[in-house]
Amino acid sequence: MSKYLLNKFLYTVDRDPSLVERYRDSPGEMVSWWEAERANAVLNCVTGEASTWQRFTDEERTALVEHDHCKLFELGAHPFLTLTLFIAMFERDNTEPLEYQKAYGARMAHFALPYPDIAT
Amino acid sequence: MASIVAVIASTHHPFYYRASTSTGEDRPPFADEWVRKITAFRETLTRANPDVLVMVGSDHFHQLWLDNMPQFLVGKAPFYDANWYNEEREFGLPRMLLKGQEDLSAHILRAGLDSGFDLAFSNELRIDHSVTCPIITLRPEADLPIVPIYTNIFAPPLPQPKRFVQLGEAIRRIVEEWPSHLRVAVIGTGHLSLELGGPRQFGPHGPDPEFDRRAVEWIATGDLDNCLREVSLESLHAPGNATHGFMDFMLMMGVAGAGAKADYVDTLDLFHTMEAYFTWYPNGAPA
Repeated sequence: MSKYLLNKFLYTVDRDPSLVERYRDSPGEMVSWWEAERANAVLNCVTGEASTWQRFTDEERTALVEHDHCKLFELGAHPFLTLTLFIAMFERDNTEPLEYQKAYGARMAHFALPYPDIAT
Repeated sequence: MASIVAVIASTHHPFYYRASTSTGEDRPPFADEWVRKITAFRETLTRANPDVLVMVGSDHFHQLWLDNMPQFLVGKAPFYDANWYNEEREFGLPRMLLKGQEDLSAHILRAGLDSGFDLAFSNELRIDHSVTCPIITLRPEADLPIVPIYTNIFAPPLPQPKRFVQLGEAIRRIVEEWPSHLRVAVIGTGHLSLELGGPRQFGPHGPDPEFDRRAVEWIATGDLDNCLREVSLESLHAPGNATHGFMDFMLMMGVAGAGAKADYVDTLDLFHTMEAYFTWYPNGAPA
């Protein structure tokens, strides 16, 4: 389990407009690139002092590649990060206000309390 | 010494700016009532004639991140740029620039550390909608210097609810001990019941109207005893998965003081979450 790394992916992609588009359009390519090139970057270090041990589990990687926000929730990714990024990618397809946000919630109807633990 | 001329607790709804400024077909049906309520709420701050605003909020994973997460952080900077790309994108919030009040920041940090709160600080802080929403609603001129105080209601492990109340009580005392003639308003924003990224989000009301009803009663009457008895880190999961933001309201109840009845109370039942607005005048209501 690498909840922190899932969150790091969601966080760093959400704040970069070009990565948001790349994740929407080419999730397989983008997740592979991110894990190889960005997963180990320490965010406030601009030189070579990277981490050496960060990687996704197969289940986490698949959930990201498949844009599976229900699975990300189940795995304990922070729901605010997931929601914000997925709204950025898919709200634009709405045909009425809040259509995507409501459908996103409806797809999660099978979750009951207690929700998966999000502590990292 | 400085005087606290108003204590204000509010929800921070990032949709207000867009709702209140939209026109024609884009203007939602609830916008006019919302603007009326906000305008009345704003008057409660204007009447107090503050010089400085202490702004309590919570960064939503903008500048504060899991590799280095403070529990309570005080900004100490001459200026604060505000709002982030993803808040422009999702909520249409404008970029803003606010002045800082560094003397009060320094005083709060020193006195807070000496009072048993190991406060983190930031000399370059870009603030987000937890602070800019109440600027937009309560002081849209954005002309007063601020001291931002961030709390962690977002990334567990979180401080206990009681700690938020204690910090609020300390902020009240510390600001009143600030050797200054300035008039200070303490403004904090949080949430009632709220669900983000879960099955109960974006419903026709907040996810737990019964929690909201009790929460408004606790705040309006300053009922910290019952609030602390019923609220725990565990219990706050039940009303909605983002309801830990209620602890910022508890902090503000600490600022207002146990048993302090709010001088102004208003609510607005919206889709997704209930809005709630409270003002206390510690030295009596202004004329």
